[in-house]
Amino acid sequence: MIEVDSRGRRCPLPVIDLAKAMPSVPVGEVVRVLADDPAAANDIPAWCRMKGQEYAGSPAPGAYDVRRLS
Amino acid sequence: MDDTVPEVEYTAEQAGAPAYLDAAAAAPMHPVARQAMLAALDDGWADPDRLYAAGRRAQQLREAATATAAQCLGVRPDELTFLSSGTAAVHAAVLGGLAGRVRAGRTLVHSAIEHSAVLHAAARHGTSEEVGVDRLGRLDPAAWRAAVARPGVALASLISASHEVGTVQPVAAAAEACAEAGVPLHVDAAQSVGHAPVPPGWSLLTASARKWGGPPGVGLLAVRKGTRWLSPYPGDDLHRPRPQGALDLPAVVAAAASLRAVLAETETESVRLSALVDRIRDTVAATVPDVDIVGDPVARLPHLVTFSCLYVDGEALLHALDRRGFAVSSGSSCTASTLRPSHVLEAMGVLSHGNVRVSLHRGTTEADVDRFLAVLPGVVAEIRKEAGL
Repeated sequence: MIEVDSRGRRCPLPVIDLAKAMPSVPVGEVVRVLADDPAAANDIPAWCRMKGQEYAGSPAPGAYDVRRLS
Repeated sequence: MDDTVPEVEYTAEQAGAPAYLDAAAAAPMHPVARQAMLAALDDGWADPDRLYAAGRRAQQLREAATATAAQCLGVRPDELTFLSSGTAAVHAAVLGGLAGRVRAGRTLVHSAIEHSAVLHAAARHGTSEEVGVDRLGRLDPAAWRAAVARPGVALASLISASHEVGTVQPVAAAAEACAEAGVPLHVDAAQSVGHAPVPPGWSLLTASARKWGGPPGVGLLAVRKGTRWLSPYPGDDLHRPRPQGALDLPAVVAAAASLRAVLAETETESVRLSALVDRIRDTVAATVPDVDIVGDPVARLPHLVTFSCLYVDGEALLHALDRRGFAVSSGSSCTASTLRPSHVLEAMGVLSHGNVRVSLHRGTTEADVDRFLAVLPGVVAEIRKEAGL
């Protein structure tokens, strides 16, 4: 699984990191974002909705899984 | 997936006067407020509770202002109290409303999108239950009905319309549920008064003069006859709200006079401002890529619109707009004192970064809005470019 480490980076940087990592994620695969900014919990699912990707949940505090759909 | 931002030709800084677009924080003073305040300075300095001539003149001013504001709000003069701010009014409504109902219980039911003044009062009090909203920021009426019907509920608080996204709340339905449960309802109408009618059914109503073009430092609290209220503050009369210390009487006179003036203009102004808000909603969606226009597009305040721009730092956006003469506000975490995103945007589950709230007033012109709309796409594109997108 591709992991994006955005710990210590303030919003909107975790979402920018995720967007920059997306081209290297194969369609159907999951990318995990590690982020400790509290806004990430809200903004990563919101990003998925806006960009037509699937938010696959938070397996642990500060970790967010996103499945590339397109 | 294509994440590239289309090339936007950067427009040079627009010529023109600065545009203040943060009326939801504080509207520029209405000319009537200014006139009334200047006129009241001569007589409004004395203690209105004294029996000598200067005190009586101050008392007359206070009574006239109370009568005017009460008529504007559709309440009895003895139901209305002026306090030192909208926040003070909310604190008095919530804490006093809870204190008056301790025999019924201790729980405050409130929506997830209340103003922080309600949330802070709830936190001080201790026991509260939050009712969620949908993606558009509208209260869940079924959850509200169930929450107020539970045992131990002393009071319920509902904002008339969201101060951050403008979505109008189903106050009449919420009031009906409260009435059935025998729970008094506090309606925080700070953003509605002067822009939209106050919905019926409340037991406690609060408002803030600077939101409608009155002076800062004047809050209003109306307590319907028969509502149990007990002062949370030290004082002589614990059963009737009173300001803590001296009231700024010239400001109160200005607040009442401007409210009357604003209400006389509301019908035409709300149509004019609502059309400008529609233009902002449509144009921003069309000219700024990756933007989320937040809140109910129809059931909304006439003068307020909020949107969030993906990949944009809200603070950088605010400063960039300020440099071009536009004053707006943001619910993004980087612009808040708490480092948390706005609890309103969080409760709605919408993007919280790159957030901008634009709120208009009677001085806002079509040209102001068009200049803002011309500048915004370039500003957003520049910030995204700096972020490497």
